[in-house]
Amino acid sequence: MSAALQLDDVAIRFGGVQAVGGVSFSVEEGDFVGLIGPNGAGKTTLIKIIAGLLRPDKGRVQLSGVEVTADGTAARVRQGLALTHQIVRPFREMTVLDNVTLGAGYRHTSSPFRALMHLDRRRESERAAEIIAQVGLAGTERKLAGSLPLGQMKRLEVARALAVEPRVILLDEPLAGLNHTEASKQVEAIAAVHARGITVVLVEHNLEEVMRICRRLIVLNNGLVIGDGEPREVMADPVVHEAYIGGGMASHAEA
Amino acid sequence: MSAYEISIISIIGINVILAVSLNMISGFCGQISIGHGAFFGTGAYAAALTMVGTGSVPLAILAALVTGSLLGLAVGFASLRVRTDFLAVTTIGVNFLFVGFVRKQAWLGGEMGISGIPATGFGPVGNMTMILLFAAATIALSLYISRSWMGFAFRAVGEDEGTAATLGINAGAYKLAAFGIGTALAGLAGCLYTFFTQFIAADAFDFIFSVMLMAMVVIGGIGSTWGVAVAAVGLTLLPEAIRFVNDYRLLVFGGLLVLVIRLAPSGLAGLVQKAFLAVRRS
Ligand SMILES: Nc1ncnc2c1ncn2[C@@H]1O[C@H](COP(=O)(O)OP(=O)(O)OP(=O)(O)O)[C@@H](O)[C@H]1O
Ligand SMILES: [Mg+2]
Repeated sequence: MSAALQLDDVAIRFGGVQAVGGVSFSVEEGDFVGLIGPNGAGKTTLIKIIAGLLRPDKGRVQLSGVEVTADGTAARVRQGLALTHQIVRPFREMTVLDNVTLGAGYRHTSSPFRALMHLDRRRESERAAEIIAQVGLAGTERKLAGSLPLGQMKRLEVARALAVEPRVILLDEPLAGLNHTEASKQVEAIAAVHARGITVVLVEHNLEEVMRICRRLIVLNNGLVIGDGEPREVMADPVVHEAYIGGGMASHAEA
Repeated sequence: MSAYEISIISIIGINVILAVSLNMISGFCGQISIGHGAFFGTGAYAAALTMVGTGSVPLAILAALVTGSLLGLAVGFASLRVRTDFLAVTTIGVNFLFVGFVRKQAWLGGEMGISGIPATGFGPVGNMTMILLFAAATIALSLYISRSWMGFAFRAVGEDEGTAATLGINAGAYKLAAFGIGTALAGLAGCLYTFFTQFIAADAFDFIFSVMLMAMVVIGGIGSTWGVAVAAVGLTLLPEAIRFVNDYRLLVFGGLLVLVIRLAPSGLAGLVQKAFLAVRRS
């Protein structure tokens, strides 16, 4: 059986910065992987490469054994990938319900012609309402997405990602900017996603939560993997420790 | 009905098709096109040549639909490569190129245009009726699209292509679809115009006319089929009713456009909706 996600020697350079410098790893179906590292380590860049938002200079990306390196984001989503952005990007002028319904109807929107042939939205908006409730946003359905506070927008990102029924979900700092209560609700929602058998790759600075929920950690520093394995062992590694102290994350690392 | 009334109603019908079809591209899908006149003209010339060559009404309609959308798809491909604000400039360029090109082509009648185009044989009332039927069909299609998943995806692409992609929506395909459908209908409008006047010249399809069409979309309410259709009727009648407006068309329509964008960005449709909500509340 092929891995849910596989990277082979992926690299990208921005001008003088080697943001990702030859990264390879594979993620098994159903795993829960934390992708961590200090600021500027290349986490978001790597997530964007996996999602097809950035083209790598070299290397290959495979989803469930299918090479997608040359595909755009939409095509990868149709291969079972979903992502949330570090900087939230909902459709601000649409209601919360519409934001999620549009994802839930991904089968209808695979081509413009197909989309033209379908009118009914009831099933999709019912499913969207369920997902909205799952992430704890029940009651906000009719609000404009742009009017939500950040904490709720972050959850909307997760709801939108879930709507396309992914097999692999990439979460880029879903907890950033949330207060303690909001964060623990969001973690619950993410754990529930994983419990449904979805493979999760989580980028997060909140190491306390990461250590609690991830089954495997991959540590990036300066665009390279410097640690990979069982969370406690990885965090005990002096090399990883050093990188975090260098990145000013020592206090979190102790947690 | 007087000949004058028949001609006004025919022009209104044609302008409704043009404004509603432009709204599909710019209103539904967010792709700013200020060169709709070029696709209108392409359809008109294609229909004129077909009528002169064959005298067949169905063939003329088909030729106009196909040539309008072919040029539209070409511009649509360009829109995949450029940012939205640059697309506005590109489409203006296409409009000027179209007029400049046609004026220099002997086979398109050059400056003199094409005259003596064979009649459809339906008579003025018959032509008018056909125009109104096509206008009604265009409105119906527009309403249908806006309710379908295509309209839903158009809105997504218009608002944020990147976010649309994360929901599996291929923005490029939808932009091409919007251009293809909208410009095919512009071509159809051109064909109906040819049937109506039996004489065409490049001036009728110039940039000023495209600005007037954009004014109809913005004043009617970007994205609202009914608002845009009503604005098309109103803005077609305005120069007829007020001599001054006719003499200073660009000034008046340009001014209205700016005023609406500044004061009521959601146009007539937005104002009606507000009034409706206010009445319901009281
Ligand atoms: N579009 C870009 N152009 C130029 N440099 C970039 C671009 N995107 C990222 N970088 C650089 O690449 C490096 C990696 O950035 P990236 O955003 O991937 O880090 P990160 O690990 O997500 O950091 P953070 O934890 O702060 O989100 C940084 O040095 C950053 O400045
Ligand atoms: Mg980041």
